[in-house]
Amino acid sequence: MRLNLSVNGEERTADDVWEGESLLYVLRERLGLPGAKNACEQGECGSCTVYLDGTPVCACLVAAGQAAGRAVRTVEGLAGPGALHPIQQAFLTAGAVQCGFCTPGLIVAVHDLLERNPEPSDPDIREALAGNLCRCTGYEHIVAAVKLAARR
Amino acid sequence: MTTSVATAGGIGTSPVRPDGTLKVTGEFAFSSDLWADRMLWGATLRSPHPRARIVSVDLTEALRLPGVHAVLTAEDVPGAKHYGLEHRDQPVLAIGQVRYAGEPVAIVAADHPETARRAAARIGVEYEVLAPVVDSEAALDPACAPVHESGNLLRHVPIRKGPQDVVAPVVVTGEYEVGMQDQAFLGPESGLAIPAEDGGVDLFIATQWLHGDLAQVADCLGLPPEKVRLSLAGVGGAFGGREDVSMQVHACMLALRTGRPVKMVYSREESFFGHVHRHPARLRYEHGADETGRLLYVRARIVLDGGAYASTSMAVVANATTLGIGPYRVPSVTVDGYAVYTNNPPCGAMRGFGAVQACFAYESQMDRLAAALGLDPVELRARNALEPGDTMPTGQVVTGPAPVAELLRRVRDLPLPAPGTGDPREFPGGVANTTRGEGVRRGVGYGVGIKNVGFSEGFDDYSTARVRLELVGGEPAAVVHTAAAEVGQGLVTVMAQIVRTELGVRRVTVATADTTIGSAGSSSASRQTYVTGGAVKAACEAVRREIERRTGRDADLATDLVTVLGDGPIEETVEWRHKPTFPIDPRTGQGDAHVQYAFAAHRATVDVDVELGLVRVVEIATAQDVGRALHPQSVRGQIAGGTAQGLGLAVMEEIQVVDGRIRNPSFTDYLIPTILDVPPMLIDVLELGDPEAPYGLRGVGEPPTISSTPAIVAAIRAATGLPLKRVPVRPEHLTGT
Repeated sequence: MRLNLSVNGEERTADDVWEGESLLYVLRERLGLPGAKNACEQGECGSCTVYLDGTPVCACLVAAGQAAGRAVRTVEGLAGPGALHPIQQAFLTAGAVQCGFCTPGLIVAVHDLLERNPEPSDPDIREALAGNLCRCTGYEHIVAAVKLAARR
Repeated sequence: MTTSVATAGGIGTSPVRPDGTLKVTGEFAFSSDLWADRMLWGATLRSPHPRARIVSVDLTEALRLPGVHAVLTAEDVPGAKHYGLEHRDQPVLAIGQVRYAGEPVAIVAADHPETARRAAARIGVEYEVLAPVVDSEAALDPACAPVHESGNLLRHVPIRKGPQDVVAPVVVTGEYEVGMQDQAFLGPESGLAIPAEDGGVDLFIATQWLHGDLAQVADCLGLPPEKVRLSLAGVGGAFGGREDVSMQVHACMLALRTGRPVKMVYSREESFFGHVHRHPARLRYEHGADETGRLLYVRARIVLDGGAYASTSMAVVANATTLGIGPYRVPSVTVDGYAVYTNNPPCGAMRGFGAVQACFAYESQMDRLAAALGLDPVELRARNALEPGDTMPTGQVVTGPAPVAELLRRVRDLPLPAPGTGDPREFPGGVANTTRGEGVRRGVGYGVGIKNVGFSEGFDDYSTARVRLELVGGEPAAVVHTAAAEVGQGLVTVMAQIVRTELGVRRVTVATADTTIGSAGSSSASRQTYVTGGAVKAACEAVRREIERRTGRDADLATDLVTVLGDGPIEETVEWRHKPTFPIDPRTGQGDAHVQYAFAAHRATVDVDVELGLVRVVEIATAQDVGRALHPQSVRGQIAGGTAQGLGLAVMEEIQVVDGRIRNPSFTDYLIPTILDVPPMLIDVLELGDPEAPYGLRGVGEPPTISSTPAIVAAIRAATGLPLKRVPVRPEHLTGT
């Protein structure tokens, strides 16, 4: 099938999409946007978190056809070209990035958290990010990055 | 001598990692992100049976599916049919029989990943199912069916130190079990193989050891090593699980057969079958002490289930055994460690590498001994703590700082966490809202552990580094090139820091790791900053000698570099080794087997809902001697991350294997700690300096994983009064239901 959707503010088209493909597969393999990651592909790890019409979703759980005509925003579209969003900068400064596989999904999740709650408490941060697995950091520096980003 | 200058971003500071910007913007190319024109997708058919004879394989229906380009079996393996890191016993594709559920039988290339998976499912394999060997103790019985023709004993490591007939007035014995843990790196096994015009292949791969892969892949492909070129693709975590080959040979075979690039990406489910796991262990210990708590002897028997293939089991059992009594001074030691073949999933390297299993047992024993003597657990440990100049059970003398008692005292003396605020999210069960605090008990526990750094037992453990210094736009700039795998730990940052410190240049580029340069060894055994860091430092020193040769005098890097480099670039390649190690005696286990020892101590505070069996770890404090923190922020990141993996083993993580089959191959059923499960951490970093190591550093990555598990279990015991002899601790162990 042909799939038309808006990605990071741009109208995009993908051809020959098989009906069983996920939005994650289309983003990664057909639209050249590998930022959303494929750690579990069953909605457990949060590494593929993207906005769909402004709501954070696991792109692996969204069938490609469900995204037709809708607006997707990925980690690649959070900041302007060549720029870093303050959350991305905070992740770097706080040392919240190790292997980095969870990072894009976490950054979208933190973006959503701070939109809703600009000054989250520690329990707020932990509750909001409980759907994003990280295997490297033990989360210490991720919590620090969220606090740093909130201050900015 | 050349004078150094303090350069911004040198060692001891915490510059931002060079790959960081690409990682936060989503542009960093992990191994599963790669793409090539005309690319095909690979898929693997795996055995559903833990032990079976393959009667027949029918590829007809698979080949008939439109979009399928190749279906290959063992007959199509062009070179050596087996691979393995230490012992090449594992078939690239099953030959006549399968030895574990999940063993690769055939591979497919197709134009879409779903087509490849469907084609694999259409391959008709007729099996004659046999009774699997699934019990590690039973496997050692001579009457047991052999998993391999050589028998089921992979390696027996005996340790005999001191008199063997010691008796003691105070004796505690215990039997312990450790479940099978998964590395659960988030980036699945994946890579892209591209056939080359010279008949060779280029492989872009996430691995821990490019040259370890190269040796095996080239042999299995029947190609000379120079025709197999490996480049490191982005690695989404490793933790030991990428030390063995997974899809490397398969992707190359499909690419060479089809003449097209082939990408393979495991699903999460397949990943649980696609790499080795932490060995499940059974451990029996007897500790004898005098009335003051001084240890007189330790006797232990450790059995590790190696599963169907050897992987690194021989080294893992040597670690479990040689480090098997912990960081304590004990005059009489009798330990027997066994690694055995079974038809369970193969086990090999995971962070801590044998030291983890032993530490849970010996630290549990130290708590029982303290209770038997009426002593404080920290005090008992301190009385027996290893000190510089003491001998290990192998007879090896501990050189350099060994602050075991100091680390324990430091975590003990930190203020304890405040009582809960009453926020229901802070109770065990958290947002599930299962309690208002009734039935919740708090406990505190301690653990200390020991790990060897680097490869042991006489292995030729080295790394190769090339440093090139030249003028770029009139300014000195350096490029550092190694084959060392950046797996997330921050090695790329540290290499650049070392070059800045040694050469006084600000602009340093870290080239992509590949096999055009010599081996760096594996990113494992907490060794890479030590060994590849040492190689980079040595290459810089060679560059400095060339600067001095050109200037004919002591060079001042701050002022002379531009002039010197005007005569052309300087490039030096150095192979660097740490001090040699030696084999251990096969009968007594005596020998200087290890390069360096590393130590960490933990204090865990937990809340347990004793009615529901739910545990919440409230806080973990860690003290660790890192010798010298080259990148202090990353050191803390390693300690926090390692501690969290130990937490996982303590209360959450186990691959459940029933009759040889994995029952929970998903992140729905194999739970790794979320941000709600991991508590705030107090981290106390000591920098005592090892005079034998580059900059005095001590390997950092593994020690925090080792002692966090027993500390948490000790805290749960303190809260509940239960003996708890198995990890992970599950709710039913706490409620008796």
